[in-house]
Amino acid sequence: MTEKKDKKEVLYSLIGIAVLLIVIIILEKTIPSTSILFSVLKKGAIYSLAAVSMNLLNGFTGLFSLGQAGFMLIGAYAYAILTMPVTIKLSDSVYKYYDCIVGFQLGLIPSMIIAGLIAALFAFLIGLPVLRLKSDYLAIATLGFAEIIRAIFQWDTIGPLTNGANVLRKYLDLTDVTLPFSNIPFPPTLFIFIVAGICIAIIKMLIDSSYGRAFKAIRDDEIAAEAMGIGLFKHKEMSFIISSFFAGISGALLSMYQYTVQASQFKTAMTYEILLIVVIGGIGSISGSCIGSFLFIACNEWWLRFLDESSNNILGLNIMRSGFRKVVFSIIIMIIVLFFSKGIMGEKEISIKRMVDRLRRKKPKPAVEEGAK
Amino acid sequence: MLKINDLKVNYGGIEAVKGISFEVPEKSIVTLIGANGAGKSTTLRTIAGLIKPAAGTVTFQDEVITGKGPQEIVSRGITLVPEGRKIFPDLTVLENLRIGAYLRKDDLTDDLNWVYDLFPRLKERHWQHGGTLSGGEQQMLAVGRALMSRPKLIMMDEPSLGLAPLVVRGIFDIIREINKQGVTILLIEQNANMALQTADIGYVMETGKITMTGPGKELLANEDVKAAYLGKK
Repeated sequence: MTEKKDKKEVLYSLIGIAVLLIVIIILEKTIPSTSILFSVLKKGAIYSLAAVSMNLLNGFTGLFSLGQAGFMLIGAYAYAILTMPVTIKLSDSVYKYYDCIVGFQLGLIPSMIIAGLIAALFAFLIGLPVLRLKSDYLAIATLGFAEIIRAIFQWDTIGPLTNGANVLRKYLDLTDVTLPFSNIPFPPTLFIFIVAGICIAIIKMLIDSSYGRAFKAIRDDEIAAEAMGIGLFKHKEMSFIISSFFAGISGALLSMYQYTVQASQFKTAMTYEILLIVVIGGIGSISGSCIGSFLFIACNEWWLRFLDESSNNILGLNIMRSGFRKVVFSIIIMIIVLFFSKGIMGEKEISIKRMVDRLRRKKPKPAVEEGAK
Repeated sequence: MLKINDLKVNYGGIEAVKGISFEVPEKSIVTLIGANGAGKSTTLRTIAGLIKPAAGTVTFQDEVITGKGPQEIVSRGITLVPEGRKIFPDLTVLENLRIGAYLRKDDLTDDLNWVYDLFPRLKERHWQHGGTLSGGEQQMLAVGRALMSRPKLIMMDEPSLGLAPLVVRGIFDIIREINKQGVTILLIEQNANMALQTADIGYVMETGKITMTGPGKELLANEDVKAAYLGKK
């Protein structure tokens, strides 16, 4: 019985995803690609992946970690350095003050995966000492490590690798994505959605597996989990590494989307943005993180833009000026936190099947017609 | 089956268990009774591998398991039902049970059916979150979860804690039933009366030492035990 239900659930989810992808294809065909809609969609999808990977740690394993921006930085740099064509590395156009020591270049997809793996490797090393800490102390330690990573990447001595504090650019970006075995450009928004979607689906499958159950058990009660024979350290480390792997991939996507990468961008503020998305979406809800991410990006970059334009001032009051949008944004966040104390989704997930069921119950007639067909 | 020899456990500077020895024969019910702070829970947690002892040995089925981690000990067939139940509140009942069998990779259907037979209430509520169950149901879930690892020895830390007398009776009926099906039981209780009635062998612990031992029924009749734990003069 439950298995049958699950199958239906999966079917509906697949249909939902297919519809979403088709909508994106149609949008990309009809609306000019310079529209802000696509910036919001792309960045929203990238932040969704970052937020879901953070949620795996904070929401599902109960590890309050604040190192996400650090791992995204590693992913972004690894991707940019690996995909930059050798001719550009050797010329003066990017590595102006250093001689680049990476004498090879890789394709887009392998670089992305290696970017994730390098972030995961760092997570493994950082996790060894840090994951023995609990709650607030873990947060402080991971925050510190993220800042240290950022500082190291800007360090002059490893300039031949990271170009010091200077910008990295001219690597493979979204315009370089092509359909397999051809030169036809791949729709960029669709590409980001597919990559982020695959990663989120993998995280979802992990959470539903027996490992995911063990993560949740550790979150609920460490002592009991240990008494059941769950190795605390091993599972925390596993969750930390996997989360960082996907954070690395989201960093790689971000560098593709931005066309340039600079370490100074990956400050603590970025981790807080992602944490905000996780909290507003609902700690322990994947769909919540995704919804939260798109709402956050859309509000921050698009819907509230008009507040910054002084030409919109009404009644002669001079309140609308650049920066005012941030004030309104903060108020919106406070209202959301007051009325949804557990986030928009709480711990629940969006279920297309449940929505369909509800629609059917409200309108019994169409359901009958459908049955007759 | 389980032999404890001169076990000493320290918490910081405090000696919680000061060298105790006792034995749990196969297929029996053994109980440790004693007041708060006597070192009962510490003893169980040490056997389960959650705490490292300062001295002494724990032998299970003729193999020394002292100082081994909880994973190793659970996979050898010793499972702890922790004090205060400690079920996972945000996991469903079924997920809680599956976690109990985390170290096993084989088919769980038989064991799930066994637990559901013992506790039909859990079957009715298998989709509910653990935190929404009543105290008695949570205790059932904690016992059921421990049984899912298919233990040879199950250790229970105060299963009657905070439960109504009628529910306590039900829990002890279940303990006897599980024992009849071949699982050895080591029980800690403050409810000395119920524990001694159920147990084959009882040990009385006081401030880290074992002060008295004997068959459960005998201890129940003992004047000192009566005075100290049963509230009779």
